[in-house]
Amino acid sequence: MAETTMTHTSQMEPRPAGWRGIAADWASDQRAFKNVSWGKAMMWIFLLSDTFVFGCFLLSYMTARISTRVPWPNPSEVFALRIGGSEIPLILIAIMTFVLISSSGTMAMAVNFGYRHDRRKTAILMLLTAALGATFVGMQAFEWTKLITEGVRPWGNPWGAAQFGSCFFMITGFHGTHVTIGVIFLVIVARKVWRGDFDTGRPGFFTSRRGRYENVEIMGLYWHFVDLVWVFIFAFFYLW
Amino acid sequence: MAEATANGLGQHALHATHGHDAAAVATTDTHQEHPIKLYLVVWAWLFILSTCSYLVDYFGIHGYLRWSLILIFMMLKAGLIVAVFMHMAWERLAMMYAIILPPILVLVFVTMMVFEADYTLLTRIAFFGPGP
Repeated sequence: MAETTMTHTSQMEPRPAGWRGIAADWASDQRAFKNVSWGKAMMWIFLLSDTFVFGCFLLSYMTARISTRVPWPNPSEVFALRIGGSEIPLILIAIMTFVLISSSGTMAMAVNFGYRHDRRKTAILMLLTAALGATFVGMQAFEWTKLITEGVRPWGNPWGAAQFGSCFFMITGFHGTHVTIGVIFLVIVARKVWRGDFDTGRPGFFTSRRGRYENVEIMGLYWHFVDLVWVFIFAFFYLW
Repeated sequence: MAEATANGLGQHALHATHGHDAAAVATTDTHQEHPIKLYLVVWAWLFILSTCSYLVDYFGIHGYLRWSLILIFMMLKAGLIVAVFMHMAWERLAMMYAIILPPILVLVFVTMMVFEADYTLLTRIAFFGPGP
């Protein structure tokens, strides 16, 4: 895409398009990510490493599921809920998906208002995102409780392949941990926005560095990643 | 989406004090200001796509149609989130490739593990007989 977001376009040399441009950016005596601040680039690289972590979890789940002789429990029935006398397949997971997507939407809006220096709206939207994230974790706790009372353990379950439990607890547990950490950091960054730290250049508690409204976007990158991972878990673990 | 790539040039005046040399290029905000409508449209599409993938299960579609539908909806959702919500569509190409290419290489690992798992299943069936 030709129209990248640029800061100080005038100070940057023109680059050839496509692969030649990438090679030029990565060549010696260069800063590879020209217009990307280190905070954002490091968050992206962290997310890349996290992609591999979740990739390996989903891979091991795939390997376990292919290699077992015992039929895999049907997630559509396992995660069904009885509402109003009839079993609705996978309904809790569907609601969790919508909650997480909504939180991604509010986060994207928070980033937008952050760059407009609208402190109030940014903080409120971030707190709303955190509340939706906490709702998601709460529903996950409910789901875990339900499955554990039904007899699902990492070493076995009443419906089929024993690996179902270990895969389920490992993958959703790790994802839930990510959501929980995200909620905590959302509240911290929302507090900073509310107090006006990014307008007054107040040094951070831990790093002693002045924050910028870009911090909201970096926080947003992490949050959207959590949603992104859920897209893959939803497809491969719950729907497959 | 050319009109969406507003750079908020006016706000760079705030950072002008330390924006005068090339080394400081990356220390200023890379403003990502896009119309709110864009986010709302993507949000709506994510809802629609999630509903579609849920309906695949609800109506009990099976076999290759189910798997291909799940994968299509999954990739569309992931693409929308990365491109618009995470602003990857407006990042520099070097950044885009550095982040998006490596996860694709995981597919090599997937292929290897499919063969490995098939072999494990084969030996299990050979030693323990077909499933209970």
